[in-house]
Amino acid sequence: MALIFDIKRYAINDGPGIRITIFMKGCPLSCVWCHNPEGISVHKEKLYTKKKCIGCKSCVEICPEHALTLTRDGIISNNDLCILCGKCVEVCPTLALEMSGTEYSVDYLMSEILKETAFMDRSSGGVTFCGGEPLMHSDMLLELLRRCGEEDIHRVVDTTLYARPEIVTEVMQNCEMFLVDLKHMNSEKHRKYCGTPNERILSNIKMISEAGADFFIRIPLIEGVNADEENIRRSAEFLSSISWKRKEINLLPYHDIGKNKHEKLRTIYNPGSILMAPPSEEVQQRTIDIFEEYGIRAIIGG
Amino acid sequence: MMNTVAQRAPKSASNFAPAKAANLCGMNDRIKRLRKLSFEAKPSLSIERALIETEFYKENYGKYPIPILRALNFFEICKRKTIYIGEDELIVGERGPKPKAVPTFPELTCHSVEDLHVLNTRDLQRYTISQEDIDTYEREVIPYWKGRTQRERIFGHVPQEWRLLYEAGLFTEFMEQRAPGHTALDGKIYKTGLFDLKERIAGELSKLDFMNDVEATDKQEELIAMSISCDAAILFAQRHADMADEMAMTEKDPKRAVELRKIAEVCRWVPAHAPRNFWEAIQMYWFVHLGTITELNGWDAMNPGHFDQHLQPFYEKGIAEGTLTRDEAKEFLSCFWIKVNNHPAPPKVGITAKESGTFNDFTNINIGGVRPDGSDGVSEVSYIMLEIIEELHILQPGSSIHISSKTPDKFLHAGCKVIRQGHGYPSVFNPDIYIQELMRQGKSLQDAREGGCSGCIEVGAFGKEAYLLTGYLNVPKILEVTLSNGYDPVTGKLVSIQTGDPRDFKDFEELYQAFLTQLRYVVDQKVRVSNYIDRMFAKYAPATFLSLFIDDCIARGRDYYDCGPRYNTTYIQCTGLGTTTDSLSVLKTHVFENKTHSMDTILNAVAKNFGSEEKLRQFILNRTPFFGNDNKEADSLAVRIYNDLFDTIDGKPNTKGGYFHLNMLSTTCHVYFGKVMGATPNGRLAGRSISDGTSPSHGSDTHGPSAVIKSLSKLDQIKSGGTLLNLRFLPSLLKREEDVAKLAHLIRSYFSLGGHHVQFNIVDSGTLYAAQEHPEDYKDLLVRMAGYSDYFNDMNSDLQGEIIARTENESF
Repeated sequence: MALIFDIKRYAINDGPGIRITIFMKGCPLSCVWCHNPEGISVHKEKLYTKKKCIGCKSCVEICPEHALTLTRDGIISNNDLCILCGKCVEVCPTLALEMSGTEYSVDYLMSEILKETAFMDRSSGGVTFCGGEPLMHSDMLLELLRRCGEEDIHRVVDTTLYARPEIVTEVMQNCEMFLVDLKHMNSEKHRKYCGTPNERILSNIKMISEAGADFFIRIPLIEGVNADEENIRRSAEFLSSISWKRKEINLLPYHDIGKNKHEKLRTIYNPGSILMAPPSEEVQQRTIDIFEEYGIRAIIGG
Repeated sequence: MMNTVAQRAPKSASNFAPAKAANLCGMNDRIKRLRKLSFEAKPSLSIERALIETEFYKENYGKYPIPILRALNFFEICKRKTIYIGEDELIVGERGPKPKAVPTFPELTCHSVEDLHVLNTRDLQRYTISQEDIDTYEREVIPYWKGRTQRERIFGHVPQEWRLLYEAGLFTEFMEQRAPGHTALDGKIYKTGLFDLKERIAGELSKLDFMNDVEATDKQEELIAMSISCDAAILFAQRHADMADEMAMTEKDPKRAVELRKIAEVCRWVPAHAPRNFWEAIQMYWFVHLGTITELNGWDAMNPGHFDQHLQPFYEKGIAEGTLTRDEAKEFLSCFWIKVNNHPAPPKVGITAKESGTFNDFTNINIGGVRPDGSDGVSEVSYIMLEIIEELHILQPGSSIHISSKTPDKFLHAGCKVIRQGHGYPSVFNPDIYIQELMRQGKSLQDAREGGCSGCIEVGAFGKEAYLLTGYLNVPKILEVTLSNGYDPVTGKLVSIQTGDPRDFKDFEELYQAFLTQLRYVVDQKVRVSNYIDRMFAKYAPATFLSLFIDDCIARGRDYYDCGPRYNTTYIQCTGLGTTTDSLSVLKTHVFENKTHSMDTILNAVAKNFGSEEKLRQFILNRTPFFGNDNKEADSLAVRIYNDLFDTIDGKPNTKGGYFHLNMLSTTCHVYFGKVMGATPNGRLAGRSISDGTSPSHGSDTHGPSAVIKSLSKLDQIKSGGTLLNLRFLPSLLKREEDVAKLAHLIRSYFSLGGHHVQFNIVDSGTLYAAQEHPEDYKDLLVRMAGYSDYFNDMNSDLQGEIIARTENESF
């Protein structure tokens, strides 16, 4: 059973129309710029928002393992002692402490999804499963996809496609659309920045395109990582070589928003101090132009 | 002792930032100049109307029956008041001697010397007046009206029970300083001139049966008064025509001289006759508007109703004949828009004048909607109006788009693009629902379709109904008084009946029943005085000019205030559904169900304004089901309260053969109501605003706009005469074209679920700074950036700073 770390209603950036997005916890990749680092681990994690903490010590008092201390820097948790029982989260009056990752049943998730049908119906929207990597939880994902299919709900899966081809195929047969990130064409660099090589991803992209699946490609555009001309050119070459009807991609200019979440996880953002910067206007334009050469329309944002 | 009543400022008033540049590129030079003048004109008080009226009353009071006295008084004002025709103007006529000069209405309430000084010097909503005028007022006006004003009549009558509740802020009373208004017109003035109406009146007079109809004499007096009112308005227009001709003779610019002669021609034709073209149609309405706001100071000034539908035939005829271009039509309409902006609301008296008030006089232009035959009402004129709203960006008139299932998406999208500008308007209404609301109240299908909203969100049958707002009901305060066993905890005074100490209540039901008992008592007190006030206006201040335009006043020979209209509704506006629901939810959940806290603990914390109880307050704020989250428990409580408000108010007879109905608007009264209250069990601190309209409490909705909409749609909105939903959006949610389309879908979704109204406040950086200071009031602020979304509150201050910077730079 996958842990769910967020459910977002009125999701307007995760596919067509107005959607509800279900965030499944756990990801085989660990991109240094990740916006949702709490989605990487498959386990529950405690999040702490210092700003919200009023120092009432309710959590310190209730913790059966004495894992928490109130310091000048807020609540510090000794992760060696913490058994993630969640008692501190239950008593925290301000939600400064939150548990990322909840076990929801498929029935419960369906009831949440169905709450949004009025909006999906009007806007040709639907449900989006993202993460983390939803394909890591293919049993639960497939059950949810089938149930949504029975309800005539449009299904999008936001994925790295870093999964076994059989799983990709089965998911493909049970969803209307994929959102796929293309992070780097060079497998070595992909491993450096994302923790895994990229061959499997690229071959899966090829596979779903040959199978005629509908998908959107999104490229996080990061100066210092993947915005160089060579990588963009190779990306464009690759995307123009596959049989793909959309011929349209979204470029997501880099932003260090992930920092905010790392603070809550009390983990360090970009521990290897990899040089990353938002792409300049020129780089954005150059990228758009290169894709155009290959007959692909690139749109900033999305 | 009167309380401060911050009554009717729309959201747009607070969003109105003159510094924010309007989109000037679409305006021609004339409109740019007129708009600039309008911006720069400072509201002032004119004592001219009071002087003419006082002189007239001194001379004539007692000589005529009241309706005729009122009509002659109106005639005298139209005959003697200063006429103003400004440079560049195409639509002419002012209520005062110059733009933004506002007359007083001493027959209703007479400003004291102190009031005038306060108005002249206060920081907000200042109305300037010279010392010389104050002296004249003190000498000529004030002594005569002492003991004779409508307000003194009313306060001389009100029972002690009412006064206690009123002073504690359990409700406000609209008609203690202003006349009942809330009027919008149908299309008849575009087909009927005042001469035609005079003929109709003569016909009714000749039919009077003095042998068998006991009311025949009363009807005769009213009809004669209506006829005199026609003469007054025709004379008023005539004086403008004469002045324009005179100005043309000395005008050096030949082009302007031609315009002035044309203005003279228009003013000689309307309102005496039905208009023949676009220009005359707008001027026709404007004279009727001016007459109405000169005769009395009715709430919500005056509304043209479905103005685009009324003007469409003139527009199409002009275009077809080649006598009008689209640009000219837009210019005339822009002139009209600026005219309305030049007419601030008449200022109030007493402490009210010191601390509250708004310049907005609540003319609300309905755009789109359906026609009386049920077909879609959108035309090219509707689109021109949207362009004007976007380009002019002025406080008045307010505007609303009306989106039925038949309205084309193109129009909705055009409206959403204006909404995205962040001016706070147009607001969005659902005719498919309000037509049902009106029919439930007893209107015919056709009359209901011709209806719409005026002022804020209240609906009525345009041209056929007096639908009067009588004042706001402070529902959370009723709960506060219940929890204090009849006492007002703010003053310690016993202000209501005693329904028991809640610490002794055994279950939630006992608490809820006590609340209901208090509610019924408070509403009864309000209704009793409302009915009295209604009769005072019928007897002493009939509106014989306004009565001309509302069916069936002429046919019945009865005044607008005295059963003349075909339909007569009295609304009580209930404020604070969210605060009440959430407070009850806190007690239900934590005291009676989970039993984690005793009633005593919570009430003591509330009494101390949560002084040393921040932990408890945070627990309440974060661990209680609140309204606006598509949460079954909280929403069913809201539905129950809403239904009980309906059952308490709806169907009580008023004095005009009509009934009281429920309304759910708040305008800015939730700010005033919050000020007269201590803390509430939902964690709201003393003095802070209560929730507005039917919106969730500030910051209590944390699941996005679709969840809010789901919660609101559980209320059977057809039972009310209007609900109100304000949604806050960050500009980042509306950045791309497709986001605008999604906003349109959100609106359609709400309306398909039975929503009456929704309004979007696109937040500016000021709001975000406020959110940093008071995060608990802004938990709903959702930030969406490419590939990322979060609540503003959950971001660290660096990121918040960046969002603020982006918001400041964001322009569309």
